Amino acid sequence: MFALDPLFSGTFDGAVFLIVLAKVVIAFALLLVSVLFMIWFERKLHADMSNRLGPNRAGPFGILQTLADGIKFFFKEDLLPDRADKRIFILAPFLSLVPAFLVFSVIPLGGVFTAEKQGIVTVFGRETYVQLADPPIGVLLILACSSIAVYGVMLAGWSSGSKYPLLGSVRATAQMVSYEAALGLSVIAVVMLAGSLSTHDMVMVQAGEGFGGILPRWNLIATGVVPFVIFVIAGTAELNRPPFDLVEAEQELVGGFHTEYSSIRFALFFLAEFMNTVTMSAIIVTLFLGGPAGPTFFGPALMWGPIWFASKLFLFLFMFVWLRATLPRFRYDQLMDLGWKVLIPISLGWMLLLASLNVAGDAGWNTFVVAGAAVLIGLVAYLMLAGAIATSARRREQAELEGSIR
Amino acid sequence: MGSYLKGFKITFGKLFKGTESGRMVTVPYVKDSGPKRHKPERLHGRHVLNRYEDGMEKCIGCELCAGVCPARCIYVRGADNPPDEPVSPGERFGFIYEINYLRCIHCDLCVEACPTEAITESKLFEFSFTNRQDAIYTKAELVVDDDGLPQQLPWEDWSDLDKVAAQSSAWVRATAPSGNARYEGVVAWSGELGFGVKPPEVGQSEPEAEPTAPLEGNADAPEPSSGHD
Repeated sequence: MFALDPLFSGTFDGAVFLIVLAKVVIAFALLLVSVLFMIWFERKLHADMSNRLGPNRAGPFGILQTLADGIKFFFKEDLLPDRADKRIFILAPFLSLVPAFLVFSVIPLGGVFTAEKQGIVTVFGRETYVQLADPPIGVLLILACSSIAVYGVMLAGWSSGSKYPLLGSVRATAQMVSYEAALGLSVIAVVMLAGSLSTHDMVMVQAGEGFGGILPRWNLIATGVVPFVIFVIAGTAELNRPPFDLVEAEQELVGGFHTEYSSIRFALFFLAEFMNTVTMSAIIVTLFLGGPAGPTFFGPALMWGPIWFASKLFLFLFMFVWLRATLPRFRYDQLMDLGWKVLIPISLGWMLLLASLNVAGDAGWNTFVVAGAAVLIGLVAYLMLAGAIATSARRREQAELEGSIR
Repeated sequence: MGSYLKGFKITFGKLFKGTESGRMVTVPYVKDSGPKRHKPERLHGRHVLNRYEDGMEKCIGCELCAGVCPARCIYVRGADNPPDEPVSPGERFGFIYEINYLRCIHCDLCVEACPTEAITESKLFEFSFTNRQDAIYTKAELVVDDDGLPQQLPWEDWSDLDKVAAQSSAWVRATAPSGNARYEGVVAWSGELGFGVKPPEVGQSEPEAEPTAPLEGNADAPEPSSGHD
């Protein structure tokens, strides 16, 4: 019952229960509606970007197309492959759907983030945040859920009893493991700055007067853009979205991990995928762009939180579609190279740089000396890494050459 | 890096519909409003079973269409014509004729195989049925009506019948430019109920090779068929 209390303090009673219930329903409905919108938006925008019309039959501008598709999926025949591992096959879609829902529960959706209000709203005389839950380990929860979602993809491919889904799930596992590391390392930069793992604190840190009075005080700028770029790239890979959609590469693997899935089970995967897109955008907005924090102009101040949040979210949804419409898919070795040889070293190096600057600030050392030394060390590390990569590539070529002669 | 970002510029530019790069290459499907778009003359739609000018059925129940069908969607059974009330001019007629449109791939091989031009494809493609029984068209639905026009079933959209009805016979196949060039300008098909003998189409070949008159001196030229006698 303790966890039901909106702010983890005080006693539990009917009002608290109602508030929590209302928040659960609102978060759930909001996510579902945004997914309905996202699927339509993606199809329409992608069509626009490739000189097509896109869905235009169901409702005005085809906006009810997703609903029509959903209804169709519900009534289609549900096939269970003969060679499938039945229980796991049935479990897998839920394994990828539930984490997608869970992540959204820690995203701050609104509130007034000023020094006196602290993002707290009062409902029924109770104080609460405009977010479903604010666990002290919010960011860890996000990372954990995105890791668990991999199990859905992996087990779906494995339990299908078919070769293409298996190949898809093997790719999924390797890809997730590679990019999870870069994702985590770039999040550490943000966590160090905020000094907290709570998503509410993240937003609080980024609210208020910005740098030079013009720029917002977003982590995007405070961490020096690099973690943001890495997070977006690694996040796209984590979502299995183009250009990192090797898991379901249609030209090679039919449908990848969901080849054997049909009917509502397939729809669940689809739902989870787009839900993850929405939540990943929301995570980026929360961690790097200040979430719902922003200036208020007219009307009630409470109104502006969701408006800022939605407009920032929309920016990233647009970006994901734009990426899909523009970039061709990575080759598998390119994907691995980008993950292990570029993203992980850079995010690790940047994290160490930020950490040393943090320590220097606390100890009162000269910032420029520390930065200079860090850059020097980073340069040496880069040269060593480049040397190592070049050496290994040379040796591999040599080995292949000898192998071919023999 | 520059070329990498160029791609993003191109896709973004396509959002501006007024510009040349944003020009739509697909067009909306007109069903509820406006006139129907022109359909190609050799479009393969749902089949019709044709009749001669005197109302007799052309089908002789030979089952060649069923034999040639790669999708195995045609089921035909022939029977002897009743002597006092013949259905077709020959010895036999198509007693049962069924096409399953859940299987049909509209390859037109049945039309090619038919020796009497009994089965041809019309221009109708808007016929989405809602159950499997409706997908099986029997002879009652396939045979043209007493005006020689295809029958309209409740779920079929024949709203441009006046334009496409005339293009539903063997006439279309016989004048195909991919076919024998000697057929051009020659009537090589039998008459039809409601339409009579359709005139040959001209202007299919290259202008210099275009024959102006029927090739009378050619021994291989097909005899203009006047139907049955």
